[in-house]
Amino acid sequence: MPAPIRLRELIRTIRTARTQAEEREMIQKECAAIRSSFREEDNTYRCRNVAKLLYMHMLGYPAHFGQLECLKLIASQKFTDKRIGYLGAMLLLDERQDVHLLMTNCIKNDLNHSTQFVQGLALCTLGCMGSSEMCRDLAGEVEKLLKTSNSYLRKKAALCAVHVIRKVPELMEMFLPATKNLLNEKNHGVLHTSVVLLTEMCERSPDMLAHFRKNEKLVPQLVRILKNLIMSGYSPEHDVSGISDPFLQVRILRLLRILGRNDDDSSEAMNDILAQVATNTETSKNVGNAILYETVLTIMDIKSESGLRVLAINILGRFLLNNDKNIRYVALTSLLKTVQTDHNAVQRHRSTIVDCLKDLDVSIKRRAMELSFALVNGNNIRGMMKELLYFLDSCEPEFKADCASGIFLAAEKYAPSKRWHIDTIMRVLTTAGSYVRDDAVPNLIQLITNSVEMHAYTVQRLYKAILGDYSQQPLVQVAAWCIGEYGDLLVSGQCEEEEPIQVTEDEVLDILESVLISNMSTSVTRGYALTAIMKLSTRFTCTVNRIKKVVSIYGSSIDVELQQRAVEYNALFKKYDHMRSALLERMPVMEKVTTNGPTEIVQTNGETEPAPLETKPPPSGPQPTSQANDLLDLLGGNDITPVIPTAPTSKPASAGGELLDLLGDINLTGAPATAPTPAPVPQISQPPFLLDGLSSQPLFNDIAAGIPSITAYSKNGLKIEFTFERSNTNPSVTVITIQASNSTELDMTDFVFQAAVPKTFQLQLLSPSSSIVPAFNTGTITQVIKVLNPQKQQLRMRIKLTYNHKGSAMQDLAEVNNFPPQSWQ
Amino acid sequence: MIKFFLMVNKQGQTRLSKYYEHVDINKRTLLETEVIKSCLSRSNEQCSFIEYKDFKLIYRQYAALFIVVGVNDTENEMAIYEFIHNFVEVLDEYFSRVEHHLPPFFFVLNVQRKFSSNELRKCRNDP
Repeated sequence: MPAPIRLRELIRTIRTARTQAEEREMIQKECAAIRSSFREEDNTYRCRNVAKLLYMHMLGYPAHFGQLECLKLIASQKFTDKRIGYLGAMLLLDERQDVHLLMTNCIKNDLNHSTQFVQGLALCTLGCMGSSEMCRDLAGEVEKLLKTSNSYLRKKAALCAVHVIRKVPELMEMFLPATKNLLNEKNHGVLHTSVVLLTEMCERSPDMLAHFRKNEKLVPQLVRILKNLIMSGYSPEHDVSGISDPFLQVRILRLLRILGRNDDDSSEAMNDILAQVATNTETSKNVGNAILYETVLTIMDIKSESGLRVLAINILGRFLLNNDKNIRYVALTSLLKTVQTDHNAVQRHRSTIVDCLKDLDVSIKRRAMELSFALVNGNNIRGMMKELLYFLDSCEPEFKADCASGIFLAAEKYAPSKRWHIDTIMRVLTTAGSYVRDDAVPNLIQLITNSVEMHAYTVQRLYKAILGDYSQQPLVQVAAWCIGEYGDLLVSGQCEEEEPIQVTEDEVLDILESVLISNMSTSVTRGYALTAIMKLSTRFTCTVNRIKKVVSIYGSSIDVELQQRAVEYNALFKKYDHMRSALLERMPVMEKVTTNGPTEIVQTNGETEPAPLETKPPPSGPQPTSQANDLLDLLGGNDITPVIPTAPTSKPASAGGELLDLLGDINLTGAPATAPTPAPVPQISQPPFLLDGLSSQPLFNDIAAGIPSITAYSKNGLKIEFTFERSNTNPSVTVITIQASNSTELDMTDFVFQAAVPKTFQLQLLSPSSSIVPAFNTGTITQVIKVLNPQKQQLRMRIKLTYNHKGSAMQDLAEVNNFPPQSWQ
Repeated sequence: MIKFFLMVNKQGQTRLSKYYEHVDINKRTLLETEVIKSCLSRSNEQCSFIEYKDFKLIYRQYAALFIVVGVNDTENEMAIYEFIHNFVEVLDEYFSRVEHHLPPFFFVLNVQRKFSSNELRKCRNDP
């Protein structure tokens, strides 16, 4: 059999292959040759064959039949054989193969070999693919080699120890004594690997970390080494572009970071050297910048003094101005990490960051966008928003969703005026319409409802926006909802902010109908449109017949959702016409919902409420009636104008109020599409309204409640009365309205009412109506308290009153125990 | 921590690969093609750090050869960038003209025995 070809030849041959198939053919031929050669147990050429096999493995072809051959090579006495054998073992074998255990003995022998290079090979291999059993067996040998004076072996042993520790963390203790002298070496190789070993030990075990901090005085040693590196002159062996061993410097800085984290003493010991590195390092080349970057990371992570932190952020700011995009990227990433803690310092670089939004590189743009959102605050909101909107316009699609959500959040937090807010929302919807996230639509609707004075302006702008183009679903959904709600404002041309446009009822219905018909509209959007048309039946005067016609057409729509709605609306027109106006009336202002409160409150999505009572569609006569009767009772004879609640209740929940927010999801007309539980007509478009009415507005609750009120406190002329309402939606919630009155001859000023409840309850106090209790019972202060009582325990409360009366400050504590049972049972 | 080290040419052929964590062999080729695709699609204007799945890729181009290093979050990207250059300089010194990709694997095969995840850094200091 001719001698197998050399590796070089093989590579040349494979290179000549022009297609993948040709290459595969060549490889297979060679594999066959190698296999037969292995079978012949040919010692001379085994090494060459395995080398070729490794090459083919690297290209992606299976090479498992070479594993045993590697073992044979390792066992051989020739160095060249051993070399390829160990290399093969590292590449082909790992813990999963049973074969690897056979290596243990070989490695053990080689660890004690006379030639250092063989020992080195063994250490390398063990450190590369040693399994936990092998590591356990051989750890002792490694530890011995760690203490040898041969620096070549010492550095390899240190790396091997790192691997052993990763595989078998319990053995860490074993290596501890050997580490004592590691840092005294002069050889950079040993220093480097020792630092790696120490880093690994400190990261894995907090005990080790504490030990190194206190007993070993590691920090001073590292500081000394680092200082030598910086101060020493040119050393040809370690120089990289003028800096001495930057890799070691970076490693040491990283270890310092771990040591200094959360530890004042260590941090203080390293302050000087960090400042020195930061100021002395050459920044013209990438090398210097790499070291500076590591330094900045370290400074930000340890308990450094503020001067040092400012220095770090300034370095990052300088990076941002650098032409090299790598450095800009790195700077943006670090700034993002530090913006939470050092907000003001980062603000100084805001304009540079905003410029990075225009960069060509995708990663940089993403970082800049995230950072910009983090930097937005009340002062810079207008300018920033301009830039961000421009960015939204021009950025890649993968960013648009995130950008849109970010803009909404920022606008919500810092909007300088309602009009600006609405304008910004409009701009986002028209620019990035289809990328806006689905949950943004309900949030926006809620926002719009809350800005009562802007309704006319909003609906007008939305109408104009969809006139031209109704393909962007979120925009159309919001617009449809608004038109449904405020169509009457649109038609009557009442807008103050802008030039009012002349729109007739028919034109409005035209646009809604075209949304319904259009192929571009999704099922959800159609649902919104149909409900909007229905709502307009109470708001428009001359087109009711047209609306009836549209609704009846869709009664036979293929889309089940639309069909159901249409049928139910039809029923509203026919059988329940007397209720129609009440049911379709204007939404009240909704309370702000926060989604992250730990709350046990039942989702007050209206659909889920009637579900237990309901059966599958079509809704039959009797069911809506029972619901409707309840509704009628509650609505009583109330006025149909939009309810603008009294001041205390309309403010968004005060801090800690998330728990008691009773409105679960503001999933309005969109909800029926997603929550398949069918609901009778009255509930679909109105649930939050009804439930909202029940919970947040005392106006409605008096009717349903009937709980006796109590006098909670009466002393020194100050009387405090509690009136109760229970929520129908959530039986654990009691709403208490306190009324404070003053029968003395002088006013009580700066009146503050505070309350505390036992641990099993939760309390939310809304803002009081005022802070002065006028004399002679001429007026009262009202304040609303909401109490969550999930365990239905007896309600008890301790109250504290502070006020100024007759020129002196008064304060009193009292306990209220006379709560009527109906208020908490 | 370095997860893998690749040398790939512009046509997508792998010249060298070393994985420091076990990756199945069929997944390797997939990984390599995807990685080289994202590197090739970058222009000169863009920075050398890419986010790919849960790795960070740091790549550097030398004539027709791409050297790509995949790392996890804890690494200093710029130090790795520098390290790639260091590696190339070592190869240059030992075997002259790395860009000349006649049989780079053969050369690198000899150098590979020095590889272990951090020992790479000390190539230069090896006697």
